[in-house]
Amino acid sequence: MPKVTTLAASGNQMVGEAFRQAEPDVIAAYPITPQTAIVESYAKFVADGRVHTEFVTVESEHSSMSACIGASAAGARVATATSSQGLAYMWEVLHIAAGMRLPIVMANANRAIAAPINIHCDHSDVMGARDTGWVIFFAETAQEAYDNTVISFRVAEHPDVLLPVMTTLDGFITTHAMERCELLDDETVKAFIGEYKPKHSLLDLENPVGHGMFANLGGAYMQAKLAERRALDNAAPIIKSLGDEWAAICGRSFDMIDCWGMEDAEYAIVILGSAAGNARHVARELRAQGVKAGVVRVRVFRPFPYAELAEALSGVKAVAVLDRSDSFGAQAAPLALEVYTALFDAPVRPAIRNYVYGLGGADVTLEILHQVYDDLDKLAAGEANPGLVYLGIQ
Amino acid sequence: MSKWDVSNFDNWKSEDYPEGAICLEAGNSVQYLTGGWRSDRPVWDENACKHCMLCWMHCPDASIYVSDGKMTGIDYDHCKGCGICVHECRFDALKMIPEADAEGGNHA
Repeated sequence: MPKVTTLAASGNQMVGEAFRQAEPDVIAAYPITPQTAIVESYAKFVADGRVHTEFVTVESEHSSMSACIGASAAGARVATATSSQGLAYMWEVLHIAAGMRLPIVMANANRAIAAPINIHCDHSDVMGARDTGWVIFFAETAQEAYDNTVISFRVAEHPDVLLPVMTTLDGFITTHAMERCELLDDETVKAFIGEYKPKHSLLDLENPVGHGMFANLGGAYMQAKLAERRALDNAAPIIKSLGDEWAAICGRSFDMIDCWGMEDAEYAIVILGSAAGNARHVARELRAQGVKAGVVRVRVFRPFPYAELAEALSGVKAVAVLDRSDSFGAQAAPLALEVYTALFDAPVRPAIRNYVYGLGGADVTLEILHQVYDDLDKLAAGEANPGLVYLGIQ
Repeated sequence: MSKWDVSNFDNWKSEDYPEGAICLEAGNSVQYLTGGWRSDRPVWDENACKHCMLCWMHCPDASIYVSDGKMTGIDYDHCKGCGICVHECRFDALKMIPEADAEGGNHA
């Protein structure tokens, strides 16, 4: 049986602990609010001699991801962390990490993107990276940020995946709030994550290889991209089986989506990240009044769990998709676009309304979530228009 | 000589590529002949050559043959005809001629 330490910890602290237990060979990182405490805590682990990691301080996020790519190609286990403008600044190298099939693990503290300048939570940064080929997890709590980060190393380094993984948690809300958390003993977690044996290391002098090759006109490039798409698809069943393995150790379930009240729900909210707790609270209040309310929280955004979502929403009269980012010029925001896709082939499609909420850390109050369920009642009765609404201000 | 069989490369499917499209054998660019890219070629005058090695130092494609400290010729399988060797030569031992005028040239 694993030994469990119960502690009051922030999400950043728990990600730092997961990193310490995975003990990457290299961490190259640049500080940015509200992620800084992750790499700061790790710098202390290095300074205190608790880990044997080469900690590389760099001059920018573009450099941190570039250093991670070099180290990963060299055969090292690699991790880093970033947020917001830092993630945006990494954009071109994010594609390279995925295209070179390098199993880098990166924590992202989800934060708004300028302009206007804002340091608080939303998902605009991650959604800007959704098509870069990374596996993307969304945590609701500090505990889940820990669990997701531990699992991330296994997913990334799995021979049928070999892709970078982004383990995200909501800026300030999950990164900074103290929660009751359970930390598993190092031995158990190290045994779960295992040792990383790179398939083709640049530092293997007996078997010299070339990384980051040129792929000629069309053919080879398209073949490599098809392989990358398949690898990301491969990640789905692997995430599920590793989630089962982790659940057997720690007792916390892990699935692609987390459902509350969906067995018989007529009105459902689909949401990502920390605001799901408030949505469940409101759904619970409505249940007490006889309203069949439910919540579906998407835990894995890439690869997206289309079938699971369609199954969860079958039989629902009306769905509110709550997005913490927008896709300007599109009919719907990023999460809603996926929900529309998931339901396109459903025999009976529920009415759908898309809400953009909580941008730049705007409060997600119980009142406005009640408003969402009230709208759904009207939507199902044909008394409200579908379409996109900026929640609380429109 | 190759330990990595790429003979059927043109028919490879995505699963035939190593992950990340890495190259499993270092230094195999020697097998990729680039001489056909030339429109002009450098021609060497052995009698004028002082074997100073300036051409060898400056050639970006390692296409100057050298043996026992002496220049011995040009690797036309890989020379792309950039003309840097001709520019650097201090003894008029190298000159550029149109590929079409060369014996066995690309455009012959």
